[in-house]
Amino acid sequence: MAQIRVLRRVASLLTTPLAPEDILGLVNPLSSSRQLRGVVTKVVRETPDSTTIHFRPGRGWNPHAAGQWARVGVEIDGVRHWRSYSLSAAAGHDPAITVTAIGVVSTALARDTRVGDILFLDTPQGDFTLPEHPRPLLMLTAGSGLTPVMSMIRTLVPRRPDADVVLIHSARTPADALFHDELLELADQFPGLTVKHWFTRDSGTGAPARRLDLGDATDLETLCPDWRDRAAYACGPADFLDAATELWLRDGHDDTHENLTIERFATALLPGTGGEGGLVTFEKSDKEVEVDGDVPLLDAGEECGVVMPSGCRMGICRSCLIPLVAGKVRDLRTGEVHGDEGELIQTCVNAAAGPVNLDI
Amino acid sequence: MTVLQKKAHNPIGHLTPEDIEQLGVELDAIRQSVIDTRGADDAAYIRKVIDAQRKLELGSRAILLISMFPPAWVVGTAGLAVAKIIENMEIGHNVMHGQWDWMRDPKIHSTTWEWDNASPSEQWKHSHNELHHTYTNVIGKDNDLGYGIMRVDEDQRWVPFYTAQPLWNFVNACFFEYGIAAYDLELGKNLATKERRNNPEFRARAKVTLKKIRNQVTKDYVIHPLLSGPSFLNTIAANATANLVRNIWTHSVIMCGHFPEGVETFERKSIVGETRGEWYLRQMLGSANISGSKAMHFMTGNLSFQIEHHLFPDLPSNRYQEIAPQVQALFAKYGLTYTTGSLPRQVASAWKKVIRLSLPNDFGRKARAKVLPLLPVTPRSEAGSRAAA
Repeated sequence: MAQIRVLRRVASLLTTPLAPEDILGLVNPLSSSRQLRGVVTKVVRETPDSTTIHFRPGRGWNPHAAGQWARVGVEIDGVRHWRSYSLSAAAGHDPAITVTAIGVVSTALARDTRVGDILFLDTPQGDFTLPEHPRPLLMLTAGSGLTPVMSMIRTLVPRRPDADVVLIHSARTPADALFHDELLELADQFPGLTVKHWFTRDSGTGAPARRLDLGDATDLETLCPDWRDRAAYACGPADFLDAATELWLRDGHDDTHENLTIERFATALLPGTGGEGGLVTFEKSDKEVEVDGDVPLLDAGEECGVVMPSGCRMGICRSCLIPLVAGKVRDLRTGEVHGDEGELIQTCVNAAAGPVNLDI
Repeated sequence: MTVLQKKAHNPIGHLTPEDIEQLGVELDAIRQSVIDTRGADDAAYIRKVIDAQRKLELGSRAILLISMFPPAWVVGTAGLAVAKIIENMEIGHNVMHGQWDWMRDPKIHSTTWEWDNASPSEQWKHSHNELHHTYTNVIGKDNDLGYGIMRVDEDQRWVPFYTAQPLWNFVNACFFEYGIAAYDLELGKNLATKERRNNPEFRARAKVTLKKIRNQVTKDYVIHPLLSGPSFLNTIAANATANLVRNIWTHSVIMCGHFPEGVETFERKSIVGETRGEWYLRQMLGSANISGSKAMHFMTGNLSFQIEHHLFPDLPSNRYQEIAPQVQALFAKYGLTYTTGSLPRQVASAWKKVIRLSLPNDFGRKARAKVLPLLPVTPRSEAGSRAAA
């Protein structure tokens, strides 16, 4: 390590004020260790709306654990946008994300990504991962919530003869169901996997098309009678997860939801929590912008060209923290107004409540 | 020139406050039209320029490894000079203005960019972006008017030091990057008293500047010459020449921005309570363009569109050329003079002013006055009071 440092120091004498990586980057775009990148190696259309993007990451990537997510940066109309995506490939394999075309960024990724494109990356994160010791598992997923669970199934089922996994996946129609055929094949091949598809619109089998009801345990009992004895993993829309949490709390084995691990893709913001807003000043960047009270500070900063740190964009990962210099902010999840000088603000879920100065 | 407010014929006297606000609205619309269409093509442009500049610099330095051969020296030096000019002007100056911040690329961003110049970007951004671009051409507020070592306006008080200003200007041109660094450090003011010299804030800034200069000098005059082995001295000469060419070129272009004839200056009190429209108007009258070919515009970092740049300092430089006709049409519509001329003409005009103003304003007039017969003149006020009596 010390030698590398000396080498870097010498190299930077040659390249100052640039860093040696800036010069290496002229030849190999993956060489930068400051900005991790990946090159797209394969693009697979999964459903009419979703695409799996396989990529080979450059220097600085850590192999992902099944179920983890990574931040992915993509340029749209010349502007770099960052979003977080669950990694759908099995652990130990080159990573892949499965993107459903909802919103500007995901739509661009799902529709316009080509082999050879460069993606900006951050290292894998998240603790929605498999248990350390073998246990019977229940996976409860809806829509694109299947992606992290798919990584778990691909990792666990073919490798562990003692695996015991039940997957209940809810989708609108068979055509919309991600990894539909692959899951059925895996279930055929490996006795350790049972797959129950639930179709909310058109099952193609004549079964009644309705939402999976987690308001009580009836549907679950039918699909997986021993659900209380399994370690459960759930991922899907906010209301789906809220219902699951309540159900486990109420009807679960030990009156807690300890048996249930959930992964959220979006956070429910309280409607109407926005207040008057105000002038936001990004001090180090020397930028200011007048924003409404329902716009997250993260979006406000990005809009005027500040390079804002960001992560999950829903108030979980705390990658977006910025010290508050002055003013008050409003938490868009709870409506609470807070703000002490020096307080670290989660910019993705807080908005201006009057004039705000941030230390970035 | 004389501050606009004292002129016999005020060039904005015909504009009502409503005209000026309307002018502001129309300029805002031009600005918005560029922002609305900023996109992938612009991003590709700046990346291409940065990529090409780095390759040109790398290639030129590689050729200079054998600079003892005269053709290699000439080609390498020319390439390096061009690379340094592009790096300072079309890339450095414009990136540090935040013209490319909208891409959200932390590598091409005003908060992270460092340039191949003696002045650290942080200090340059303060004196240039905050002071010069805010107080453009306001006497006593904008130190860019003569950089504190020259008198470039009749309303700047003459002192004997200015007699030698043509020489100062020439020396400044040759060592322009160090001139900028000294200027950003406000060296004249800060070295004047012991208290200022020992001010910890000044000392910290000076330390940063010296470290940067040391790195730059080590690179250009030690490391790369050493790598050239037997071409050691030739490479030193080549790098010095490239720096000199870059210094003189950037100095000349920048002189053309605010010094040529036709550019207006403003009184300090005239900007109190200035509206957005009035600020725009001051930028329009306080700057001058350079006409020329596409290549010339590129090599000036599009500062040849100084008027457009001063109106919209944070719009991407590659778009100034496209909005220039619209801006020019607004000048015509509001009866204002769009000051522009070829590079030789504007450089000559700026130099003429530096030379003329090295002497006091009334120098020529005093000399002439001696030969005119002195007529007894009755002061007007006295005449008035007599008539009243």
